[in-house]
Amino acid sequence: MSDSPISEKISAEITANDVVLFMKGNPVFPQCGFSAAVVEILGRLSIPFKSVDVLEDMEIREGIKQFSNWPTIPQLYVKGEFVGGCDIIKEMFENGELSELLSGKGIDAKNETAA
Amino acid sequence: MSVADKIKEKLAAELNPQKLTIIDESVKHAGHAGARPEGESHFRVEIVAEVFDGLSRVERQRRVYAALADELTGPIHALSLATLSPNEDLAQGGQ
Repeated sequence: MSDSPISEKISAEITANDVVLFMKGNPVFPQCGFSAAVVEILGRLSIPFKSVDVLEDMEIREGIKQFSNWPTIPQLYVKGEFVGGCDIIKEMFENGELSELLSGKGIDAKNETAA
Repeated sequence: MSVADKIKEKLAAELNPQKLTIIDESVKHAGHAGARPEGESHFRVEIVAEVFDGLSRVERQRRVYAALADELTGPIHALSLATLSPNEDLAQGGQ
């Protein structure tokens, strides 16, 4: 599985972007409540992210499940590392772990006050 | 056997939970993509089990997903999980 073209494509995506959200739909029009919830959390933390709409690409939709060993969408990657799906992201947001993880990896919220 | 019963049976066998709560939330999603007309497509499952002790959140959920692999490729469209070790459950005020 590791050298299939699709897993290479996913690897490239999560290497090129600090924060990648594999989701259903896009951040403006999420097609699923769980995807929408994660978009909202990243928005509230003002974290810029790359989104990948799995509904547009059946190969990625199935491929990401294999790649992460995780059967559901959405899936959040930070600096190439799988962080979790909606339940985990929500929980980590609520107890502050998500901001800690992000700042620990050098990803800071857009500094709105400085603008 | 209903999907909820099957979830209960499989998780009980795989995880030996101290607490296991299965909530069918399908009604909330009736009519939207993935909802089956007969219901039993969207579930919330709360599990307190010793086996989660020392595992990361991701590893805990993988254990649950592995136990329910057949259901996840079949009738379950959405599964929302809370996975706690007994100590965490106590800390959160569980009884």
